Amino acid sequence: MPTNGAPTKITQGSRTKGGIGESTLRPDGTLKVTGEFAYSSDMWHEDMLWGQILRSTVAHAEIVSIDTGEALATPGVYAVLTYDDLPTEVKNYGLEIQDTPVLAHGKVRHHGEPVAIVAADHPETARRAAAKIKVDYRELPVVTDEASATAPDAILVHEGRDDHHAGHVPHPNIVHRQPIIRGDVDAARQRADVIVEGEYTFGMQDQAFLGPESGLAVPEEDGGVHLYIATQWLHSDLRQIAPVLGLPEDKVRMTLSGVGGAFGGREDLSMQIHACLLALRTGKPVKIVYNRFESFFGHVHRHPAKLYYEHGATRDGKLTHMKCRIVLDGGAYASASPAVVGNASSLSVGPYVIDDVDIEAVALYTNNPPCGAMRGFGAVQACFAYEAQMDKLAQQLGMDPVEFRQLNAMEQGTLLPTGQPVDSPAPVAELLRRVKAMPMPPERQWESSEGADVRQLPGGLSNTTHGEGVVRGVGYAVGIKNVGFSEGFDDYSTAKVRMEVVGGEPVVTVHTAMAEVGQGGVTVHAQIARTELGVTQVTINPADTQVGSAGSTSASRQTYVTGGAVKNACEIVREKVLEIGRRKFGAYHPAWATAELLLEGGKVVTDGGEVLRDLADVLEGETVEVEEEWRHRPTEAFDLRTGQGNGHVQYSFAAHRAVVEVDTELGLVKVIELGCAQDVGKALNPLSVLGQIQGGTTQGLGVAVMEEIVVDPKTAKVKNPSFTDYLIPTILDTPTIPVDVLELADEHAPYGLRGIGEAPTLSSTPAVLAAIRNATGLELNRTPVRPEHLTGTSLSEA
Amino acid sequence: MRVNFTVNGRPQEADDVWEGESLLYVLRERLGLPGSKNACEQGECGSCTVRLDGEPVCSCLVAAGQVEGREVVTVEGLADYAKQRAEAGCATGACGTSLQNAQGWQAKGTDSHTGEGAELSPIQQAFIDAGAVQCGFCTPGLLVAADEMLERNPNPSDADIREALSGNLCRCTGYEKIMDAVRLAAARQGEAV
Repeated sequence: MPTNGAPTKITQGSRTKGGIGESTLRPDGTLKVTGEFAYSSDMWHEDMLWGQILRSTVAHAEIVSIDTGEALATPGVYAVLTYDDLPTEVKNYGLEIQDTPVLAHGKVRHHGEPVAIVAADHPETARRAAAKIKVDYRELPVVTDEASATAPDAILVHEGRDDHHAGHVPHPNIVHRQPIIRGDVDAARQRADVIVEGEYTFGMQDQAFLGPESGLAVPEEDGGVHLYIATQWLHSDLRQIAPVLGLPEDKVRMTLSGVGGAFGGREDLSMQIHACLLALRTGKPVKIVYNRFESFFGHVHRHPAKLYYEHGATRDGKLTHMKCRIVLDGGAYASASPAVVGNASSLSVGPYVIDDVDIEAVALYTNNPPCGAMRGFGAVQACFAYEAQMDKLAQQLGMDPVEFRQLNAMEQGTLLPTGQPVDSPAPVAELLRRVKAMPMPPERQWESSEGADVRQLPGGLSNTTHGEGVVRGVGYAVGIKNVGFSEGFDDYSTAKVRMEVVGGEPVVTVHTAMAEVGQGGVTVHAQIARTELGVTQVTINPADTQVGSAGSTSASRQTYVTGGAVKNACEIVREKVLEIGRRKFGAYHPAWATAELLLEGGKVVTDGGEVLRDLADVLEGETVEVEEEWRHRPTEAFDLRTGQGNGHVQYSFAAHRAVVEVDTELGLVKVIELGCAQDVGKALNPLSVLGQIQGGTTQGLGVAVMEEIVVDPKTAKVKNPSFTDYLIPTILDTPTIPVDVLELADEHAPYGLRGIGEAPTLSSTPAVLAAIRNATGLELNRTPVRPEHLTGTSLSEA
Repeated sequence: MRVNFTVNGRPQEADDVWEGESLLYVLRERLGLPGSKNACEQGECGSCTVRLDGEPVCSCLVAAGQVEGREVVTVEGLADYAKQRAEAGCATGACGTSLQNAQGWQAKGTDSHTGEGAELSPIQQAFIDAGAVQCGFCTPGLLVAADEMLERNPNPSDADIREALSGNLCRCTGYEKIMDAVRLAAARQGEAV
């Protein structure tokens, strides 16, 4: 029986060279605009069942009993599974710490935790059957913040922890703690003429990718299962799924289905194991698709954070020292919390020169929703706080905020607080100069001959002002993000590249397990193959586990690492092709032995441009195929006491200038323009680079003025799990985003490129906050800013 | 229940439809047309936008029974819909599409897995050319909405475009390339006259 929507290879030709540096178009673009592109929620199989998850209605409770009888008796229901039905001794999973139950075992630790799963012949039947499962909860007290989590008598979220962080944390409700000590803060503090302190709050942001968690598990004749899935890392999923199913990894075949965005929210498993369990139990294909409500419970969020900062500076504007504590709420399960702590601490200084620092970052276990990876990963929260500090310092010193930043800007060679030198260009001052030099949008753009165009004003078509009470503000920010997996992780990618003649023309096929989540990795892989192998026709095979791991589509790493792997495999293929050429034709021309040879335009040419042979002739009757792993430079773990260590691979820098107009009477904000300058090293596909920068900028805008998952501090229950109540920017909320791209090569990286996806998400938020402060004169120590924070009518947190 | 309606110019019959099913569900799961997307299923994101007797609607909010005897156009039929609109002498689109015209055409559909050689509407081509497609999940709804706007208003201002597309969420692009795509489609449409 066919599986409808199984991905197929895509061949893309190019009328131009189509190599790196060109804005070639997406190979999957036509499929996506015609509706033919199959996302994981579009999969269909004859006789397939629909899976449904029953989730906890309370945040913290013992499960006294679960009664599935009525659900099982519902016509159309094929299976109802609970913890007791799990087939092996492996009943937990997790990215780093295996603390997350596949199905709740005697206890739930957060609102929306999976308790039971149902398979039925119609999604509504499955939903109604799940609602008939009776779960008797005995509620427990909740821990929801640092004070309640670390109190001496605090209830432990995970009793009997034995993970590798358990030994060095000061309290069992702290997942991981990373201090970083460098220099002598007390001595440096004495030199400060100005000292600025701040306490900042960062709200819980959701990735809000549009394609819901979904997939199709098809049982196979050999007792295995084939999972079509939207994820960020197939092999990481596989490692976590197979042991729970009790299957060897080669019996869990995974194919990447169409992914409707990710932004970190698909690093952790969601419905993968549940669908496989139901498929193996019923012997039928099982599809699970979350709706938006469930999606808010079905993936981790960005860590909300409290950040306590102290900076000092001399009268002439030089930073003396920095002390900070960053408290990240990891929620009920560890997810990526330890790595987020590593990022938040090691990047807490920002792109500035400060030799004397005392830093501590922790992630808590609480009964709040689990938090983990989201675009910017720990660096986002820190950037919001240190950039607010920079503005406060500049103000106290009577300096221009941009000039003050430039005076203290990191450069190539600057040491991070971890002692690691930044060994590639760090154009922080230049990026700030560029955003400041952008032309300012005209004042009072809403004015027209026919009166005010309210669409250009805060409040928009609600028609709340025609300009009365509207004040403009301008703000700046800059940030630093690491690229690739840090702290000694073996961060490799695998690429398989084949070259052959098809229909008289040389064709290259690229096969990796890279998750294309929308970023355009497939576009760039084809470009790299064209550049390295001189062909126009490139076929991209579907990503699956039939080829080695490509690592995660996160940490801005795929163009660097899997792109690097494709480049490396192409170089080996090229050498093999040239060997074949030398063997076949070397006798006819001495240049085969003596000249530097290239593949260009479907031919073997010398570096002097002389054509030696068509590739079609060289490859006649031959197929060259290479599968190779590729690694970037190794990194080291951070010392657990001092935080010292060469933990990072590469850095990405972006700066923003925000121009806002605020209706100061109603507290409504309209962002007029959000200009960005970013160093991308080398723009492999300039159009895609702009798309990443503008998209990342907009997610930063969202958490500045609207996006926040609201969790009731008394019950730890989520209050707004819908797009009605959790707002993301619409096209009306989003301003023009002029982008200035700088290309300063990082000599350590393929083509000199930098990972680019995350940096714009960092500085966007603090730039908008700075602009609102500039317009209103308010201190605004939390994000997102809501109208009541601007009007002074907030009941709390004002 | 059984629902009879026309999708992309073809009469369709959906059997065993449960009364609570949405038009979106019937299109995706019963008629094999998953192009309309299911991002929120509560009318907030616009990714399921289709035209119902010419009007753009969130198909997740339309009960399947409501479409009995009516005309639906989805992203799968957009290219042919635009082509036949142009051939009917409305190259600018400004004259709109009458119900009678809408009933007189049929989508041909593409059979290539890669979409290679597929004939695209101006707005579809503009989305590709301008880089307005990333993950693509919002794309079908935006295309239907943008095409409908350009039919009504062939020379939209930026404010017009933002207003018309404000019901369609996109999480990847920051909307800048979507603005470019709609401007590009409008400009190409203008040149073609």
